[in-house]
Amino acid sequence: MTKLTAFIAGLLFGLGLLLAGMANPGKVLAFLDLTGAWDPSLALVMVGAIGAAIGPLTWARQQSSSLLGRPMQLPVKRELDPRLIGGSLVFGIGWGIAGICPGPAVAILLTGRWQVIVFMLAMLAGMLLFTALETRRSH
Amino acid sequence: MNVDWLNFTPWSSLAGGALIGLAASLFVVANGRIAGISGLIGSLLQRGSEGVSEKALFLLGLLIAPLLWGLFATLPQIEFKSGWFGLIVAGLLVGIGTRYGSGCTSGHGVCGISRLSPRSMVATACFMFSGFVTVFVLRHLLGS
Repeated sequence: MTKLTAFIAGLLFGLGLLLAGMANPGKVLAFLDLTGAWDPSLALVMVGAIGAAIGPLTWARQQSSSLLGRPMQLPVKRELDPRLIGGSLVFGIGWGIAGICPGPAVAILLTGRWQVIVFMLAMLAGMLLFTALETRRSH
Repeated sequence: MNVDWLNFTPWSSLAGGALIGLAASLFVVANGRIAGISGLIGSLLQRGSEGVSEKALFLLGLLIAPLLWGLFATLPQIEFKSGWFGLIVAGLLVGIGTRYGSGCTSGHGVCGISRLSPRSMVATACFMFSGFVTVFVLRHLLGS
């Protein structure tokens, strides 16, 4: 059952990205271009998403297991460390260059456009680099 | 500020956003997991992660969403603005940054803010800020 809900959640997530315009890098960049011809649409994506999720997530914060009996795995870390801030700033630079973030990269991968394939390979390389550096640090 | 009203899509963006929020809610409420895409991909790239099948199935659903969409309607416009060099640099920065920052637009921006997590609010402010600055620099200072 949790496999089915995971699959459906991913599918709905992807349909939402496509409907919202988040899967169109040109539209994402138009949102990030505050001083150009600014397209505020993506602010409404955030409003819609948070509006729909805030109730269920508030409920989830008070539970120790999910409705299907799985452990509730919410992040517990609280401190605002340099990794969080530096990593997020670096992510934003990459996002601002191409207008693609990880969700949309997956959601438009099967369109087969060469641009998303190049982006995805570079993103996976970046993630593997992180894993390699972390493994080295912990040894 | 000069709003591009012609390309402004308030209703589809709001509805799409709500669908994203609903999907993230389902994953938390049913599976007890955060729908953070960079975290899901990143953990599948690491050896010994738990919950591999659920994570992989979520990503599979995300992956085939355009195929399902395509059965009923034409896919929305997908317009790329970068060349291969920009895409490689952007992909590397997104990959490294989201892993060091423990999340991306979905994990911090949607799930984290909905959990009222201070870390996610700070992270979202950071990547929005550097996204705005990057576009400003590339488009208006360097004029590419």
